[in-house]
Amino acid sequence: MTLPVSDPRLPIRARVASAVSRTAAAVSRATGRGDGSVIGGRIGLLIDPDLLANLAAGRRIALVSGTNGKTTTTRLTAAAMGVLGPVATNSFGANMPSGHTSALARAGRTPYAVLEVDEHYLAQVLAATRPAVVALLNLSRDQLDRAMEVAMMAARWREALAGHSDVQVVANADDPMVVWAARAAPRQTWFSAGQRWHEDSWVCPECGHAIVRERDQWWCSGCNLRRPQPQWTATDQAVVGPDGLRQPVSLALPGRVNVGNAATALAVAAAFGVPPAAAAPRLREVVSVAGRYAQVERDGRWIRLLLAKNPASWLEAFDMAEPAPTLLSVNARGPDGLDTSWLFDVDFTPLRGRPVQVTGDRAYDLAVRLQVDDVPFRHVPSFAEAVASVPPGRLEVIANYTAFQDIRAELDRVL
Amino acid sequence: MFSKRGADYDRAGRESALRIVWVYPDLLSTYGDQGNLLILAHRARARGLAVQPLQVRSPDRLPEQADIYLLGGGEDGPQALAAQRLNADGALHRASAAGSVIFAVCAGYQLLGRSFFAKGERHPGLDLLDLHSDRGPSRAVGELAGPVDPRLSLPTLTGFENHGGRTHLGPEVNPLARVTAGVGNDGATEGAFRGAVLGTYAHGPALARNPALADLLLCWATGAGQLAPLDETWTDRLRADRLATLPGG
Ligand SMILES: [Zn+2]
Repeated sequence: MTLPVSDPRLPIRARVASAVSRTAAAVSRATGRGDGSVIGGRIGLLIDPDLLANLAAGRRIALVSGTNGKTTTTRLTAAAMGVLGPVATNSFGANMPSGHTSALARAGRTPYAVLEVDEHYLAQVLAATRPAVVALLNLSRDQLDRAMEVAMMAARWREALAGHSDVQVVANADDPMVVWAARAAPRQTWFSAGQRWHEDSWVCPECGHAIVRERDQWWCSGCNLRRPQPQWTATDQAVVGPDGLRQPVSLALPGRVNVGNAATALAVAAAFGVPPAAAAPRLREVVSVAGRYAQVERDGRWIRLLLAKNPASWLEAFDMAEPAPTLLSVNARGPDGLDTSWLFDVDFTPLRGRPVQVTGDRAYDLAVRLQVDDVPFRHVPSFAEAVASVPPGRLEVIANYTAFQDIRAELDRVL
Repeated sequence: MFSKRGADYDRAGRESALRIVWVYPDLLSTYGDQGNLLILAHRARARGLAVQPLQVRSPDRLPEQADIYLLGGGEDGPQALAAQRLNADGALHRASAAGSVIFAVCAGYQLLGRSFFAKGERHPGLDLLDLHSDRGPSRAVGELAGPVDPRLSLPTLTGFENHGGRTHLGPEVNPLARVTAGVGNDGATEGAFRGAVLGTYAHGPALARNPALADLLLCWATGAGQLAPLDETWTDRLRADRLATLPGG
């Protein structure tokens, strides 16, 4: 592998830290301990706590944050920004400051960077990287046994944005929590990507009154918080921009939700001066995102992996999946959240009529859930057995975080 | 079989459906709370009972004639708002006085008491259970389990709790269970019941892991002495799996 040359603009401590960080990442990759992006960043930060700020200086940066879609949107945005030149990005989903440090160190000097940011770290990363643009996608319940409650997260975002007078926010007009947070920024561009999930925004974060929804619109019954007029709108196969021009998008990624992510990517790229017509063709280059949407052939089965880590993203996965044999796998390890209650926030009835198998550490939670929704299923002890028990053809696999990683690792081993 | 509250009949003279109300899903819904409604409906229908599920949002009036009322969990602000609206509405008090079943979890359980803490302030509760809640020294997050009051003839309670409150029971209520894992009310007891009002810190879809408790609520609502057994293969495996993860399990 090639290491980028040491950047003479960095202060000496940062240069040393950056080089050590790259070496550690290389060692970590070589020894098979993951892709190295997190471990490298951690070691770098130990040497120079300002390393991220130093690495960010001189670049024009976009941050992408939200509960769902941030990895995919980051990839699409980086592809769109590629029109301008080399773009640094944390494409392995390492979305905390250590991952950002590692991504920027690894990329060497680039004029642009697009960074996916875990929603809990937005304030910290805003302060360190001084981005030109911040894209805010959505906020919904996600592993509530360890994450902050949705309204509290929106308040933290709001506070973080209020301190930055020079940032352009590109935010989802369909999510009241996001709109409320984004209004604290000096300048906003609004996009509409549709929102299937409404269950976390019935109460106004500003005044506590009820949010009223009618078709695409929403407004607070007690104050002036309401859906802003979006400049960018996703339709079935296209994105309509601020000039009213319809930009067709042809994605390699499935589902309506990804057209929404494409709209966000085009809006962010436009904030850097990239015309949608120039950016749109590049979006097709994104075919799989950290193994998600990837199709793998095994013994005549075309296996497609879809990651679904919270209720909103399960609804999206059912929409993306074809009505084919489907394997569901759920774990409740640390990164998943230990609580499986969210299974009852997901409507599994779209799976009726598909041959369904369940597996994973918490397959019995899934089994009880499916029974209540009258979805027949079969329990299988392993992924291999699930594959063996479907006929040749497509197998859709929908799994939450560590269950997804387990299945990816197993596919990698076999291939 | 609908003897306890007197059966309701529709115009054709048939017994009308079992009415289950999810109270204020716009305010009290955080952790799969919809599950309890789905499970009760599923288990009732499996016994051939017609079910009429209802979701009543907080701007709307609560019906007084329903058989079972469900209250879910909620964040501080919505919890306080829900208590205020329910006290102003009064329908839940009248329904409870008439013998309707109330099953509440987490924040919903706290607001059935005399008072509770939210956003740093004490708020008046519905006073349907003799208990009050305040803030605990730490958040209780994790598996919750313990043997249930033997008078209810239920197997071990199992659930997941996630709350910052501690609940102190008065003499007019009974604890639902003794705590052997987790915190519950105060580390010693968990939940409370009196008459047909029952609350627990086992949050979200508490009935998924406690199907016998679901059936008890259905028996209370219908006046049935017992219900036909269902195939419990998956619920039994789920319960065994969860109880086995506990220390000494
Ligand atoms: Zn408001």
